Amino acid sequence: MATQKQEKSVIWDWLTTVDHKKIAIMYLIAGTLFFVKAGVMALFMRIQLMYPEMNFLSGQTFNEFITMHGTIMLFLAATPLLFAFMNYVIPLQIGARDVAFPFVNALGFWIFFFGGLLLSLSWFFGGGPDAGWTAYVPLSSRDYGGLGIDFYVLGLQVSGIGTLISAINFLVTIVNMRAPGMTMMRLPLFVWTSFISSTLILFAFTPLAAGLALLMLDRLFEAQYFIPSMGGNVVLWQHIFWIFGHPEVYILVLPAFGIISEVIPAFSRKRLFGYTAMVFATMIIAFLGFMVWAHHMFTVGMGPVANSIFAVATMTIAVPTGIKIFNWLFTMWGGKITFNTAMLFASSFVPTFVLGGVTGVMLAMAPVDYLYHDTYFVVAHFHYIIVGGIVLSLFAGLFYWYPKMFGHMLNETLGKLFFWVFYIGFHLTFFVQHLLGLMGMPRRVYTYLGDQGLDAFNFISTIGTFFMSAGVILLVINVIYSAFKGERVTVADPWDARTLEWATPTPVPEYNFAQTPQVRSLDPLFYEKIHGDGTMKPAEPVTDIHMPNGSILPFIMSIGLFFAGFGLIMLNMDNPIINPWIVAIGGLALTFGCMFVRSIKEDHGYHIPAEQVKADLAELKKGGN
Amino acid sequence: MADNLSQSFDKSAMTEEERRHIKKEIRKQIVVFALMIFLTLMSFMAVATDVVPRSFAIPFIFILAVIQFALQLFFFMHMKDKDHGWANAFMISGIFITVPTIAALMLLLGVNKI
Ligand code: HEM
Ligand SMILES: [Cu+2]
Repeated sequence: MATQKQEKSVIWDWLTTVDHKKIAIMYLIAGTLFFVKAGVMALFMRIQLMYPEMNFLSGQTFNEFITMHGTIMLFLAATPLLFAFMNYVIPLQIGARDVAFPFVNALGFWIFFFGGLLLSLSWFFGGGPDAGWTAYVPLSSRDYGGLGIDFYVLGLQVSGIGTLISAINFLVTIVNMRAPGMTMMRLPLFVWTSFISSTLILFAFTPLAAGLALLMLDRLFEAQYFIPSMGGNVVLWQHIFWIFGHPEVYILVLPAFGIISEVIPAFSRKRLFGYTAMVFATMIIAFLGFMVWAHHMFTVGMGPVANSIFAVATMTIAVPTGIKIFNWLFTMWGGKITFNTAMLFASSFVPTFVLGGVTGVMLAMAPVDYLYHDTYFVVAHFHYIIVGGIVLSLFAGLFYWYPKMFGHMLNETLGKLFFWVFYIGFHLTFFVQHLLGLMGMPRRVYTYLGDQGLDAFNFISTIGTFFMSAGVILLVINVIYSAFKGERVTVADPWDARTLEWATPTPVPEYNFAQTPQVRSLDPLFYEKIHGDGTMKPAEPVTDIHMPNGSILPFIMSIGLFFAGFGLIMLNMDNPIINPWIVAIGGLALTFGCMFVRSIKEDHGYHIPAEQVKADLAELKKGGN
Repeated sequence: MADNLSQSFDKSAMTEEERRHIKKEIRKQIVVFALMIFLTLMSFMAVATDVVPRSFAIPFIFILAVIQFALQLFFFMHMKDKDHGWANAFMISGIFITVPTIAALMLLLGVNKI
């Protein structure tokens, strides 16, 4: 009886939490689940392609897997996993007690989560979306696309709202919540890149939302934006999609750059080389990221002038990216490098990312792209960026921040084994895909004929996928093993690192900093280690700390949006059990009702009394922390 | 820094000065709002009647739209205000990205339309 009550309150605690550290962990768990789901789909697709003319998956299932794999990986795995680190680390790195709007932070998580759930429900209603993650019309139009596309449109629309409001929250947090002395040019690079990435979300998810809304009008309400026979324009969808889609790549890769820029200095025992250049290179990449979208459409027939302009614009992105690569190399140059797991992932990121960049420049040459377009060369290129860039940096960040987030280390031996298995598997899988592409194997096909020279490389590629899967299983084993046997961490700073998150005690108290720290330099903790006594100077006396109350409203609001989306999808179902409008309007009413309650109910939060904070501090002193 | 933000106030916490300022601000906003409605009416008239010549109607309402957009940004999005640096920076970068994007999009779609 007693334990049951206990358990219930734990669940309630997580459903209602507005603490950025707990929300970060929820993002981490949800993102990992989606990552594994999409990874299993990738594994199945590769098994299907292992031998020519295999019958493991049907063509239809393959199309659904390809679409869901791409969509889930980008929207529901990579983004939330990055948000997990951003949520945990940004407030700590800027010396803040929380994000600017804790309630909105919880709301962002739950909306993303229920949007993802809505998308995943498609399996139970006649199959997933099958028009590719780009959902090009006319494949996705109401004449050709099935119900799955409606789940794609509304699932992404809902989860996109969550992403958007979380990004706005990060922006306001970084602008307003910095500790005294933490000027913009002293922000750690992870904060800078998250800031710019959030700006990109703000400017790129809005066109996506508009495009999805137009597609929804086309599909549900017989509008004709994208239907040529009614005077619409199919190419318009491609433009809108890529105006969002290209920046999306940078939305993911910039925070990944940020993680690398934190891990490499920490384990090279040197400050990041060329901080200012890094910041401005990030901004330039972000701006150029918006102006190159049409390089995905060279073969649409835009004409030589447009193709040339977009080709040249695309290639210029290589310049600021090169600056960043060299700065990482110079940071390691002459440093005392420790190759633990985090550093292995971070340093191996650099060459794989360069490889992906090189093939990117190759694809940017419009005439050459006519050759490569929609072949496995493209698949190899973007997986070198996405897996060799984003996923490796996520693993680096996981091993780096794990002790702060969970209070114990991940096992290093298992970690290194995981690294090597995964890294070798990654190159086995994707390197040969360049060759497959050059030999003319088209992308998005569910099978191929034998004896065309494609058999061996496809086989190798699938074997590589088995290696990667084994690697991920090793990671799971590592997480479980370390939870029981891992080295406990109670010290604040197990890596002897440089930035503010390592100045907070482990486990991090709910108020993060008992006293807001006074920042005196870039790499503030390191500065205090050299010039002070190794601890941050407080910028304020110990006083009562004002904390926000938890709330169940974000959870309920998100359920409302979920039903609003589901109701709209029901409009296209053959015989819905109840009137779709009842579901849709009921869902919206639930959401707006919660907003109304939130507006009129006064909720001032609570105070942690100064005595309690002082007691915590004394406790820490005694522990020798 | 025990904050007393969480207690409610009986009287307004604003100073006389601040209240005068707010009053002026409200007056300005109402004037601009009326102006914007007038601009909207003008564009409706331009299309619905022949007061403006056919050929000039589209450029005409386009100009009105640009004026409205500017008014919106300056008065309702507070771009005219001081201490608004960050919000302004974001709006300016938004314009900086959107205008070339839309211009390029119009050119590209124009090229494609056959
Ligand atoms: C780690 C192991 C992975 C494997 C084995 C894998 C495998 C595949 C395969 C077989 C395809 C279909 C290629 C085609 O025929 O066009 C594909 C497409 C794709 N993958 Fe992956 N993938 C992996 C990871 C990722 C990750 C981490 C992401 C993103 C975060 C990602 C994003 C995509 C996208 C966007 C597509 C295109 C989907 C489409 O064409 O609609 N992949 N992947
Ligand atoms: Cu692109």
